[in-house]
Amino acid sequence: MSEPATEQMLDITLRVNGVHRTAAAPARRLLSDFLRHDLGLTGTHVGCEHGVCGACTVLVDGEPARACLMFAVTAQPHDITTVEGIGNDPDALSPVQQAFTQCHALQCGFCTPGFVTTISAYLEDHPDPTPEEAREAISGNLCRCTGYQNIVKAVVRAAEIRRGEAT
Amino acid sequence: MSTRQFGERVQRREDPRLLTGNGRYVDDLGRGALHAAFVRSPHAHARITDIDIADAWELAGVEAIYTWEDLDGRVADPLPVLIPHPAMTHARTGHCLAKDAVNHVGEAVVMVVARDRYVAEDACARITVTYESLPAVVGVDRAREGAHLVHDDVPGNVAANLRQEVGDVDAALAAAPNTLTLELAIERSACMPMEGKGVYARWDADEGSLRLFSSTQTSTGVRAAVAAKLGMPLAKVEVVTPDVGGGFGVKIVHPWPEEVLVPWAARALGRDVKWTEDRREHFVSSAHERGQLQEVTVGFDDDGRLLALDVRFWHDNGAYTPYGIIVPIITATQLLGPYKPGAYRVEFWSLYTNTVIVTPYRGAGRPQGCYAMERTMDAIAAHLGLDRAEVRSRNFIQPDEMPYDQGLMFQDGRPLKYDSGDFPASLAKLKDLVGWDDFAAYRAQAEREGRRVGLGIGCYVEGTGVGPYEGGHVQVETSGRVNVATGLTTQGQGHQTILAQIVADELGVPIEDVHVTTGDTRRMAYAVGTFASRGAVMSGNAVALASRVVRAKALRIAAEALEVSADDLEISDGVISVKGAPGTSIDLKTVAVLSNPLRYAFDTSAQAATQFAGTFDPDKPPVADDDEPGLEGQDFYSPTQATFANGMHAAIVETDPVTAEIRILRYCVVHDCGVMVNPLIVEGQVHGGVAQGVGGALYERMVYDEGGQLLNASFMDFLIPYASEVPTVETDHLETPSPLNPLGIKGAGEAGTIPVSAVIASAIEDAEGLTIRSMPISPAELWELRRQHSPDPVTAQEGPR
Repeated sequence: MSEPATEQMLDITLRVNGVHRTAAAPARRLLSDFLRHDLGLTGTHVGCEHGVCGACTVLVDGEPARACLMFAVTAQPHDITTVEGIGNDPDALSPVQQAFTQCHALQCGFCTPGFVTTISAYLEDHPDPTPEEAREAISGNLCRCTGYQNIVKAVVRAAEIRRGEAT
Repeated sequence: MSTRQFGERVQRREDPRLLTGNGRYVDDLGRGALHAAFVRSPHAHARITDIDIADAWELAGVEAIYTWEDLDGRVADPLPVLIPHPAMTHARTGHCLAKDAVNHVGEAVVMVVARDRYVAEDACARITVTYESLPAVVGVDRAREGAHLVHDDVPGNVAANLRQEVGDVDAALAAAPNTLTLELAIERSACMPMEGKGVYARWDADEGSLRLFSSTQTSTGVRAAVAAKLGMPLAKVEVVTPDVGGGFGVKIVHPWPEEVLVPWAARALGRDVKWTEDRREHFVSSAHERGQLQEVTVGFDDDGRLLALDVRFWHDNGAYTPYGIIVPIITATQLLGPYKPGAYRVEFWSLYTNTVIVTPYRGAGRPQGCYAMERTMDAIAAHLGLDRAEVRSRNFIQPDEMPYDQGLMFQDGRPLKYDSGDFPASLAKLKDLVGWDDFAAYRAQAEREGRRVGLGIGCYVEGTGVGPYEGGHVQVETSGRVNVATGLTTQGQGHQTILAQIVADELGVPIEDVHVTTGDTRRMAYAVGTFASRGAVMSGNAVALASRVVRAKALRIAAEALEVSADDLEISDGVISVKGAPGTSIDLKTVAVLSNPLRYAFDTSAQAATQFAGTFDPDKPPVADDDEPGLEGQDFYSPTQATFANGMHAAIVETDPVTAEIRILRYCVVHDCGVMVNPLIVEGQVHGGVAQGVGGALYERMVYDEGGQLLNASFMDFLIPYASEVPTVETDHLETPSPLNPLGIKGAGEAGTIPVSAVIASAIEDAEGLTIRSMPISPAELWELRRQHSPDPVTAQEGPR
């Protein structure tokens, strides 16, 4: 029958986008919910909550990871980067963000933060991808609007921008 | 001189915000609000005999638990039939919470409101609903048999039966030298926006007012429906559509039960309440589309010209019909595509099943109609041994026959009359683009390499931009900022960009000064919504007309100030000057100051409009009888009928001779949506549409078992294509202006999706030499078709890659 009425709250401290942030949440709080609802970093979106769509992708110690498949408490020892950490100022876009707007690589924008984090990490290791490699690199994220074609273009364009090449 | 924006590949104004985590979708709002969660039916068809909520109340943080018994007033009534039709003799809608029976898995039965979603879901898990299960009706075949009924008082499960006929089909068929009959099937898919639905209600107890945020395609529709349900004056209800993470049709349905219950609970509790749909909820309690069985009988001459077309189809409308029979009506009418059918008769039955409701999904009945027509075209070509493009060409409506009245009533209750289009030119472009005439050589080369390839084609006409109307409001502030509002909502189509492009040109201001608001009833109370590829046509023309009102007023005020004739003035870069004498000028923002006679100056620029500032005629009132203060204007665009866009697609596919794997090697689109406001955005719409079409052709289907359980209600099992599955789309455009509206534009939103299943079926058939009568098609199904076609077992061997 009835369980104890209240849940134990934990003070959870994460290093997010280079800053230590603390909030009280139960042990079962997903990292995605913690970022969004406890820390107010709503750029990380939740599209399926079962790890398939990739909208919630954040970087954990620089590697893409699904924030909906991780508990906030388990993220404590790690460096977390969200889309806000890639670039939070609409007037100062990162190379990937610039490339997305130049190539019309987003429509509704809901899946976009997951692509931006994924591609930002990818380009760290692959600074000059071919279009085929770019397509492979984004094949773990779902987008329902764009048909991916312009996202592939944006990956290649972002690599150019990072290398300092003009349009 | 202002650079003309219309027709340019302008980068989107909404992007920087959305790219940097600064978008605001409905679940991003309402920190501190209570959260709702729902107990949903696990049965497809059952009577509810008991609901035990006692255990749920034991949890700390539970604020409210509601069953149908708790609902009051009109909240307890069935949901509205949004689009009644005389043929829909048996419309049925559900309740916000199931009253005493459930008709599909996922139907909401109990609502819990709690401190957060986790607690709300815990409480749901502690609620016991006892059901007495009833036989479930699943699939068109079972529904058509009528052995069991979804609704006891709906005989044969028939919600609607509609027949339209032009000419004498029986006589024309009897006289036709050739006839064929095709039995066709097409499966269910769904919109599946990456963001599900969501509602956030802010109840202001001091004002007795409600502000509702909803991830909807119609804020005015939600407002009217919620006000009616809650018995509130419209003046006390505001609906704001924040950023919306995709719609594709499902969010035009309203009010969803949650759109009524969340504000109702907020009012009852005096607290903010929100609900965010999770993915499984979206699968089992939102909406699907596409499922139909079709029977086409066609009569044609020895040249492949249509003499008669007799179509019957059975449309699965799911458990309820809140959106009426719009989808099958569109199938019935848009099936004709760019062709003259000879005599045409179409009859459909819209049938209840114990499954999720069926309402428009991008294309909205057109993909099914196009599939029926294009399968028929291929069958005629095969029967006569003619080229498939040639058969289509011989049946085209010619440019000099426009406008062309098909003699039917369209989905808006108005004639199905094509406004413009050049189908032969579109086909010529498509054949060039895909290399139609060179394909035989390509195929021969592939065969020598042990590869199997096929070429497919599909053509469609899409009625876009249906009425009744949309409005535009344009206001120039004294800072020079131009505020534009239109009532329809946006889900990624780039309305903030294309509407700004239109206004910038019409008003002669830099696009950077133009700021567009969509889907906010505080800014535009009269609107219809975003569906049927109507955003650019309706709101584009509405804001253009509103801009012209403002421009005329600006020129009049400027003419008085400069003491010249308004006819001699032009506006460029926000400056009104005398043509040919640019030194004589006045800023638009100064005109905005002068347009509003002031007693109190709020800044130095405003001093120019105060009562001691300057010259005015003391015999006239500061605001003339026929004038209003402020440099702003409003207008509405309301067309007599829809515009008709069109397009033609071709694809080359390769099928693996051993595994039956299907790969799309090339996908080509020729698209005519009239004049393009922004080709970058139009192409993006086409790409995305094709991707959804590819999903529907090869991967996506709703797999129900006989008991009405949706077996693949997750992204693990329902296969939305990733980048690895979607081909690069090659596009070419034709721009045949619509004569119906001032800007000459037609809609583009749905076009990419419409013919894809038809095209892929055509290409696979061409590769395999089999007849394909059911879509989508998986490798396993293709393999089975091969087995049926050739009883010899396939020898295992290493396939070419």
